[in-house]
Amino acid sequence: MKNYQYVARSAAIAARALGDETMVMSATNSTLFTLDEVASVIWAAADGVTPLDEIVANKICAQYDISPEAALKDAQALVGNLAEHGILLISDQPLIHSSGSHKETR
Amino acid sequence: MSSVTAVMQSSSVVVEIGGLPIRLRCDNPAFVRQIEERYAGYVSLSNEARFDFEIELAPPGTKSRDADVCVTWESGHWLMERGDFRAEWNPSTARGRIQQTINPYSLDCVLRIVHTLLLAREGGFLLHASSAIRNGRAFLFSGVSGAGKTTMARLAPPDAALLTDEISYVTWRDGRYFAVGTPFYGELSRAGENLHAPIEALYLLAKGPENIIERIEGADAVRGLLRNVLFFARDPEFVKLVFDTAFDFVSRVPVRRLTFVPDTSVWELIE
Repeated sequence: MKNYQYVARSAAIAARALGDETMVMSATNSTLFTLDEVASVIWAAADGVTPLDEIVANKICAQYDISPEAALKDAQALVGNLAEHGILLISDQPLIHSSGSHKETR
Repeated sequence: MSSVTAVMQSSSVVVEIGGLPIRLRCDNPAFVRQIEERYAGYVSLSNEARFDFEIELAPPGTKSRDADVCVTWESGHWLMERGDFRAEWNPSTARGRIQQTINPYSLDCVLRIVHTLLLAREGGFLLHASSAIRNGRAFLFSGVSGAGKTTMARLAPPDAALLTDEISYVTWRDGRYFAVGTPFYGELSRAGENLHAPIEALYLLAKGPENIIERIEGADAVRGLLRNVLFFARDPEFVKLVFDTAFDFVSRVPVRRLTFVPDTSVWELIE
């Protein structure tokens, strides 16, 4: 049985694409990350319901000259790194994204 | 009756930074006088204030400044803590309370935090930067400790009005970013002038063998700015507000890298 890996952007971040890059700031410690072009593609596709291998196949291998195995390995390393910093969530089940916004007026 | 009024007035002072008057109350008149001296130039003559803080003093030496600042939003209050103070503030009631030892540094930190939180909602921020006004235009010189913020302030020509050598106050008014004077100082140990002017440019500082100015754009500019913005609150909404403001700022204000030799010639390049 195949093990799927689902990835979703954390709600505790601020992010914005700028050219081919994406800048991501952690809301918990204000650390700033800059994602390169390929990492930005994975980041944008991390909707919590599309398995990582599907993202890699459809978004990376379809656009870049790289083998599926190598691309998936790189992608897993990337999402693992981002998850360690708390800006990406990884699960073997689909993830439902919470907004994390506050309703109280400050 | 008049003596009671006099006592009540002596136990509070309104400190106005960036056009935002905050009343500070304390039952220790000596500490209130210390506040008045510390924030000279920023003490409002009016008794009007947008926010009120009650200061409770703890005995000296009971708390330490070593711990990190922690700012969180909880049940309608901002909670601000460090080893030497604990403060809470309810923006809805416009009231807050500060428990601290009798030193001006704790209050200084609380005021910086309060202003970062208020500025975030209004499209502004505090920045690790010295700033000065020359010919009606404000220039910001930003960098980490040792980058040259105070050096640029010391080298400023006589016709420049120094706004701060440490923490610059950036506000959004009438479709422009302004730099505002603050009493927050660094090595210069001198409050900035209580003035404001539209920001002409932000310079990211580096010391080098010659004076060079390079334009920085896009992600590099945003990175350079965000690296020096004061973030206190561990709060997604606050971080997003400041993050978005940083992108807007670099789209409107030229950002340049200033490599400089620490002598007065560097100011000849500032325009």
